Amino acid sequence: MSMLRERAAATPATTQASPGRPRVWFRLAVTVAAALLIVLLTYVLPPFRTYQLATVGAYLCVTAGLTVLIGRNGQLSLGHGALMATGAYTLALTQNALAGDDFAAPGWALAVSVLAAVAVTTVAGAVVGLAAARLRGPYLAGLTLAVAVVVPSVTSTFDSVFNSDQGLPVVLNPPPGTVPMERWQAWLAWAGALLTMLLLTGLTGSRFGRDMAAVRDDETAARLAGIDVARTQVLAFVVSAACAGLGGALFALLAQSVSPGAFPLTLSLFLLMAVVIGGLGSLAGAAWGALLLVALPALAQSAGERAGSARLEGNLALAVFGVVLIVVMLAAPGGIQGALRRLGHTRPVREVARLIRHPKGGT
Amino acid sequence: MTGTPAEQPAGTGTETLDTPLLEIRNLTAGYGAAPVLHEVDLAVPAGRIVAVLGANGAGKTTLLRAVSGLIRPSRGQILFDGRDLCTVRVEQMIRRGIAHVPEGRGVIVELTVEENLRLGGLWRGRRGAERAQLDEIYDLFEPLARRRRSPGHQLSGGERQMLALGRALIASPRLLLLDEPSLGLAPRVIAQTMELLRTLRDRSGMTVLLVEQNVHGALSVANDAVVMSLGRIAVRDSAARLRTDERLRHAYLGF
Repeated sequence: MSMLRERAAATPATTQASPGRPRVWFRLAVTVAAALLIVLLTYVLPPFRTYQLATVGAYLCVTAGLTVLIGRNGQLSLGHGALMATGAYTLALTQNALAGDDFAAPGWALAVSVLAAVAVTTVAGAVVGLAAARLRGPYLAGLTLAVAVVVPSVTSTFDSVFNSDQGLPVVLNPPPGTVPMERWQAWLAWAGALLTMLLLTGLTGSRFGRDMAAVRDDETAARLAGIDVARTQVLAFVVSAACAGLGGALFALLAQSVSPGAFPLTLSLFLLMAVVIGGLGSLAGAAWGALLLVALPALAQSAGERAGSARLEGNLALAVFGVVLIVVMLAAPGGIQGALRRLGHTRPVREVARLIRHPKGGT
Repeated sequence: MTGTPAEQPAGTGTETLDTPLLEIRNLTAGYGAAPVLHEVDLAVPAGRIVAVLGANGAGKTTLLRAVSGLIRPSRGQILFDGRDLCTVRVEQMIRRGIAHVPEGRGVIVELTVEENLRLGGLWRGRRGAERAQLDEIYDLFEPLARRRRSPGHQLSGGERQMLALGRALIASPRLLLLDEPSLGLAPRVIAQTMELLRTLRDRSGMTVLLVEQNVHGALSVANDAVVMSLGRIAVRDSAARLRTDERLRHAYLGF
């Protein structure tokens, strides 16, 4: 039994390289470089593309947290769309509460409401996580699926607070000056995304990352090694929920409104498909997934428009995602990042990498 | 290993028989409603290796799982150093001095050798102590030192065995529970493993409860042996007697 499991885990389908810890300065350098690239892009791209870039950043917060939960800790969640909704609504409600009668929220209200969104979603994640830690496999999927279904319907049950299907407005004012709205949104979204990535790369390379891997691979061995399995699982869920809350808050800021229609069940399924296609357990794969979450529906929409069918337009995205998922799973079971890594292990790429690392030819 | 009791001669432990390190009293345990173990009594004196032999399904693994808390007894008591183990959580056992190497060894294949050894965070905030323990394990298992950055799935069966043992020994346990360490290994590696157990007992007074199908290997190193049958202990005797008494061997060990 366990030999089989070990062999299964060793196949490329589920294996990402062991979570070593990249040096702190290296991670910081990559973050700074990515930040510079984003800022550059926001000046080069037209407003609509900048807005799409911002959306990728908001998605990245969620997919990064989700891939750690599923890929590294082995807990499946079909409910991350609902956690995003929690973050988004918390942001809207906090902001409206701070704004007072004149609807002019003070400048610090943005920071406070984003923090509140993360905090409330973290608590929600702890509640779901405590239940999740007792469940395995299909039962866990069922629980999180229920969360994904229930949370949006809460908004119509308590419509005096959440304003039912219409949702709530969200105010976002760029700082006075010359920054256009889209650029400001992209900066905010990517500040959140890069911070999330920085923290998660640190976390997955730490002792907690090893604990998560041990819990996923062999719960019995993990317990015998002295790891509190339930605590590790709840913590992983909490971290992942916090990321989803941040992503949801950023979503609200991008859309400048929140409504239950923005967080349907299919959003949770899209998120799951994105991290699988990107490469389960890989943070770089989460970035691929976030990119696809924006690019594929956009492609599907333009294809639907060209076909001239409104009905097709609405449903094509899900179909496209499904097809991409099947193709990627057949061609590259490790997802996009897994395929790239395998490419990196081929001879020519290794040679080039060696030359870059040791340009003088020495070792 | 550091942190274990002072060296004591092995095999002369008659004086320790009065206060066994591990004492199992009237243990009934199993999975769900069906008990696997029926009223088992067993005393393991400190500094001795006790082999647990018997056919498949006799309850050997269940016995170890009950001691380390992976299953809870429905009746009976398990005392470690005179204190009840039945309320101690599994993840606390290693800190209490009980290390259990499960069947199939439980190496985390995704993590490197060194990451496997550092699992559990037993030296939280004490890097120096952790380093010293790691070095001791690498001294004990030289192949592991060469492969400290290799992920578990690249290791051979013998290396996985070393890693599993290393992860148990790094905590300097007083009681080592070993579930079929010889499973799937070459005779030479089995002999080395048994030799290692002998060394650990003789040098640091480690106590070992050794579940084995490999009767020859187990009896070559054990002080005492019990033969389990259908969830009960059928025979308990010194390993030497079991090795030589043909009647017992025929009746219970099938050779």
